[in-house]
Amino acid sequence: MKKANAQLSTLNSQGSTEPAVSVRNVSMNFPGKRIGEEIDVLTNVSAEVAHGEFVCIVGPSGCGKSTLLNIVAGFLYATSGEVLVEDQPVRGPDPRRIFVFQENGVFPWLNVRENVGFGVRGCHQAERDRIMGHYIDMVGLRGFENAYPRELSGGMRQRVEIARALAANPDIIYMDEPFGALDFLTRLKMRNDLVRIWQSEKKTILFVTHDIEEAIQLADRVLVMSDRPATIQEIVDVDLTRPRDLDSHGYLEKRDRIFRVMGMSLRVGEAIVNQNNRKNLG
Amino acid sequence: MSAKSEVRSNALVSSKEADIATRTSPLTRERPTPTWFQYPDSRFWRTVRAVGMLALFFTAWGLAVRISHSDLFPTPFDVFLGIIELFQKGLLLKYIVASLFRVTWGFTLAVLVGVPAGLILGWYSRAFQAFNPIIQILRPISPIAWIPVAILWFGVSDAAPIFLIFLASVFPITVSAIAAVQNMQPVYLRAAQNFGLSRSELFRRVIFRASLPQIITGIRIALGVAWLVVVAAEMIAVDSGLGYLIIDARNAGKRYDLVVAGMVMIGFIGLGLDLLVRQLEKFDEVSWGYAKR
Repeated sequence: MKKANAQLSTLNSQGSTEPAVSVRNVSMNFPGKRIGEEIDVLTNVSAEVAHGEFVCIVGPSGCGKSTLLNIVAGFLYATSGEVLVEDQPVRGPDPRRIFVFQENGVFPWLNVRENVGFGVRGCHQAERDRIMGHYIDMVGLRGFENAYPRELSGGMRQRVEIARALAANPDIIYMDEPFGALDFLTRLKMRNDLVRIWQSEKKTILFVTHDIEEAIQLADRVLVMSDRPATIQEIVDVDLTRPRDLDSHGYLEKRDRIFRVMGMSLRVGEAIVNQNNRKNLG
Repeated sequence: MSAKSEVRSNALVSSKEADIATRTSPLTRERPTPTWFQYPDSRFWRTVRAVGMLALFFTAWGLAVRISHSDLFPTPFDVFLGIIELFQKGLLLKYIVASLFRVTWGFTLAVLVGVPAGLILGWYSRAFQAFNPIIQILRPISPIAWIPVAILWFGVSDAAPIFLIFLASVFPITVSAIAAVQNMQPVYLRAAQNFGLSRSELFRRVIFRASLPQIITGIRIALGVAWLVVVAAEMIAVDSGLGYLIIDARNAGKRYDLVVAGMVMIGFIGLGLDLLVRQLEKFDEVSWGYAKR
């Protein structure tokens, strides 16, 4: 299973071995409150994501990982450096790469079917219906086709957004803490479903989260970011087979490693171990 | 502690007594179902409150007229007879239709101009910067103040009140549409950009749809204002309609029963119009924009 994925991740549809996403020396600063003041958010971030790969970006709250994802998706422009997708510099958002928003971008004026069909274009009604039905089934929302978002739970709304992203048939899906607002059990279920969908759809996924466990449950590789101004502190290969046991030795080892990289103590109530991180745990 | 348990045992006793009183077995835990008039918010009591207060109001009105020995001011019954008289003469329906005709035209024009204008001004901030001062200066001018101008431009014809109604309703609609676009949740916009919509698709499929709940609120306000203004406009600029009825009944023989009859009709039709627009708020496509009640 893992081997098959690895092969897929190096071969895209064009058969090239170029990375799907390539982030090169990206820095970002925002103007501060005082005139002339600048806040560095990202400094010299470089990373690559292979085709079909599932990559998670983790880091402390407010470290700039969302900013990075927004730059990669074309919603923000980096102060310096560049982002290449399929060897082309990113000039703005693109329907071939769909963003799944933390705050849920499902349109409340459309029902589930219409939302899922929003980005389906260039085909006949029958084909549209087939695509919509397929992805509604995939995210487990059959029977809710005619429901409006306000009638759905938070988890179901997030499923609608994922189905809407998939139905547009993008090459890459960017996800910005998509399960952040959900309760623990719903989140576990959503992760499970996301991995299943990713395995069947062969999309490249770049997924931002502050939840270390979530990252290890999902990703092929985890990019660990430092506190602001953020850089990539470490890249952790999660070479665990799927489905992953959450109490296996390998899983716990990876988890503990990221905890340590981020300067977290593994025991609640113990002093913080890493001096690099002065602000963490707030 | 002992006091508490005493209270509890008291409660038990009294509930037992209640059970006996309503002849249900004390062994079944079910409470006796209250009949319809025992719910203070049942439909029955709501109707009683509304109708009762109206009846009280009419009685007080009638008594006040009696006590003051007014020759001119009508009792509710006089007004009722006045409405019958107007109906029999064929004037009531004719005037209502005339007023509604003007409101329909002026208001429709205002929606056709105000909604697109508001969406565009809300979206293009430079256009907003240019036009907003004009809008803000014109908006506080009462449509009544425009009556002489309207007569100058359109003469004594249907066009004058239609113009006035247009003026009265176009500003609430435009301003609410502008505010709706400007306050739109950025996430909808970003999602729309992500799906690569063209400019016209963006307006049709996202900006307009996201603004619709607030636009409908603006439309409700505008229709209320339009109905206020048609009466004023008809008093001066034309010779038909409910506004004309009021001023004509007063001038031709001080028929205050007909004056008040006209007022009552205006009130009821205004209520009807508002209820009609409120139905729009119930559609699924917009109901998300209103607080749940």
